[in-house]
Amino acid sequence: MDVEVLSRLQFAGTVMFHYLFPPLTIGLGLVMVIIEGLWLRTRDESWKHAAQFWTKIFALNFALGVSTGIVMEFEFGTNWAAYSRFVGDVFGSALAAEGIFAFFLESGFLAVLVFGWDRVGPRMHFFSTLMVFLGSCFSAVWIVVANSWQQTPAGYHIVPTEVHGVPGLRAEVTDFWAMVFNPSSVDRLTHTLIGAMILGGFFVCSVSAWYLLRGRHQLFARRSFTIGLVVAAVFSVLALVSGHDQAEQVSRTQPAKLAAFEGHFQTGPAPLYLFGWPDEEAREVRHGLALPGMLSFLVHWDFDAPVTGLNAFPPEDRPRVWVPFQAYHLMVGLGTLFIALSVGTLPLLRHGRVFRTRWLLWVYVFMVLGAFAANHSGWVAAETGRQPWVVYPSVQEGVAMPGLRTSDGLSEAVTAEQVLASIVMFSLIYLLLFAVWIYVLNNKIQHGPDERASEPGAAPPGGGGFLVAAVERAAKAGSMTEAHGVAPAGGQP
Amino acid sequence: MSHDTLALVWFGLLGVLLIGYTILDGFDLGVGILHPIARSDRDRRVIMNSIGPIWDGNEVWLVTFGGAMFAAFPNAYATVFSGFYIAFMLLLFALILRAVSLEFRSKAEHKLWRGVWDTGFFASSLLAAVLFGVAGGNLMLGLPLDDRMVVRQSVFEQLGPYPVLVGVLTALLFTLHGAIYLYLKTEGELQQRVERWIWRAFGLFLVAYVLTTMFTLVKVPRAVQNFEHHPWLWVVPVLNVLAVANIPRAMFQRRPLYAFLSSCATIAALATLFAAAIFPNLVPSTLDPAWNLTIYNARSSHKTLGIMLTIALIGMPFVVAYSTIIHWVFRGKVRLDHASY
Repeated sequence: MDVEVLSRLQFAGTVMFHYLFPPLTIGLGLVMVIIEGLWLRTRDESWKHAAQFWTKIFALNFALGVSTGIVMEFEFGTNWAAYSRFVGDVFGSALAAEGIFAFFLESGFLAVLVFGWDRVGPRMHFFSTLMVFLGSCFSAVWIVVANSWQQTPAGYHIVPTEVHGVPGLRAEVTDFWAMVFNPSSVDRLTHTLIGAMILGGFFVCSVSAWYLLRGRHQLFARRSFTIGLVVAAVFSVLALVSGHDQAEQVSRTQPAKLAAFEGHFQTGPAPLYLFGWPDEEAREVRHGLALPGMLSFLVHWDFDAPVTGLNAFPPEDRPRVWVPFQAYHLMVGLGTLFIALSVGTLPLLRHGRVFRTRWLLWVYVFMVLGAFAANHSGWVAAETGRQPWVVYPSVQEGVAMPGLRTSDGLSEAVTAEQVLASIVMFSLIYLLLFAVWIYVLNNKIQHGPDERASEPGAAPPGGGGFLVAAVERAAKAGSMTEAHGVAPAGGQP
Repeated sequence: MSHDTLALVWFGLLGVLLIGYTILDGFDLGVGILHPIARSDRDRRVIMNSIGPIWDGNEVWLVTFGGAMFAAFPNAYATVFSGFYIAFMLLLFALILRAVSLEFRSKAEHKLWRGVWDTGFFASSLLAAVLFGVAGGNLMLGLPLDDRMVVRQSVFEQLGPYPVLVGVLTALLFTLHGAIYLYLKTEGELQQRVERWIWRAFGLFLVAYVLTTMFTLVKVPRAVQNFEHHPWLWVVPVLNVLAVANIPRAMFQRRPLYAFLSSCATIAALATLFAAAIFPNLVPSTLDPAWNLTIYNARSSHKTLGIMLTIALIGMPFVVAYSTIIHWVFRGKVRLDHASY
């Protein structure tokens, strides 16, 4: 295999492994802020234990996110040297801003969050939790801005360079804010953060549902499940709105990508496929179920309006179709499922019915895998749909700016054997990491939260307002109406 | 500011990031290298928790250094990272292994489990320290950089005697630095053992330091060229020698914090000497000096360097504030509690 294929494999593999962790930490961060905020309002120790439990889970994921993230920063230089020279002036500044504004904030306050329970007061601790959450969002901001610039570049021009008499081209910033707020960055950032919140919500639901099924840590599990469910439901609905905005934006800025997502080979009125099997040879989608004219309607509010097909682009500028199509449809399908499931479950919170509906709890135990898959497939669709460009061509103030093809972004110095060796190394260490991650995660979940003080009813009465009341109500309702015995707090089945 | 001045400023700022990283992660790595001196499980946990809350923040300096180099000198970033391909992959391996060894080690009780991660923590710290030195040594010597800014060299060619010597020097310096740090963070019998290691590390470092200095003067005459034009630079090696000499003095006087500041100063001085030796090059070419990558032909546009400076000026006070808060919250001897590793 050649350097290009191997380098793309290496990047795809390492970034997908890395991307298990950042959205999970962002989403869990939100849940932690809510839970610790509730502790601060109510001073109920069991909220504190809940916060401490999720913090431990968070810290584990965070450590893996950091260590696999450094790899990404190195790989731009090691494997994509020509790309780095081309984009450094633009992309590098976003990456450096990420380091200065986000990583220092996160890692600094993470120390207090994880190790500082006995060293700082509750307010300072809550502030640290908030800062870590904010830092993880900032980090998403800068990296998504950098990535969006590759998709829909703006605020730059391409200038010829000459070093040692060897001519080249590179992108240089002309307008920093236009670069930051390029046509897709706000849409994509919103959608990415929403995806992270959904994952956080479903992750919390999954662990809580498992405790409920085992009859362990009831109060903790009911409370956490309620919070997780509300987060998942709210953001699943928001994902639909932001997803629609984004698809519309893609139709304007990257029509070839949208055509690949939908397997739309010929310009014309476009159906919306629910599923299918695109055949690039035959230039059609086989075995598909389509809603006629629906894509035209979604993009142009008109069932007969033509949507640009892949035939509008020269063959060498077309993305491959199969992977973006399937990844995109998987994401959309899962997103729809998330809305139906989470919104459908909300009414069952009344009287704690959901906590007794065992089959539904089992669905939640596994739905977290769907949330991971949705986050991943969204990115796979976005990145494979961008091909064959690593930086899209664009028109800036009436001047056509050339793009950079992925195949032109490689490192001249690097051989296929070297990349292969690195892939072998990463495969081994990441397989090991994955196994250990699951093992330790499982250990922590088995161990559960520390809950000496979290007997149902042990919570001191007190203020807290609407949110506290709502969560308390949902969490306690079940335990009061439940006929069969709830395992005593801290008791093992 | 002119484009040239900005390039100069960014060379300086990269130097600051490099010094920040080597001082902060230097003691982290040193602590890792010293990890096997612990005899009991409790001692091992104390050693790991001495850096527990801060190693992650310290590593951010490296990430920011990488990002800043990418943004300010993209050509140098691209050349160095692709030129040191296998070495940097090993470095990534070491950094990942180190992070997860710290994170996972105390998460299960089995002897074998803990033994594996203890070994991983030690080996990865040592490997990372040596690799940083090897990369620095190669940059001192220069790389076979062609007119297309490409370095074609295998990792074995990068393991010449001089780079390896610099690698050993770096590992010993970090060990010394880490030992002094551990002395500040530990008590009782463990502290006494750590103290013996300060002396051992100091002795070995001194030998490597003298050898490297002689080797550099013989093998890399270019290293002192800048000193001819800027005689004030001689302040740096003088301060360096004083800082080195002050370490045993401060330890004799029972002023370990003073010794720690001296080892910080030693690292800062050596990093500055490295920068002074290669300036204005970022990557010297051994094939033809005309093909050197300098701060002038590797730099970003005037506008980007200016934007980046603004970002740095806004961001750095925050960074300093966070670091101060964290080091203040976790000051004093290591205390193991429920949140510790």
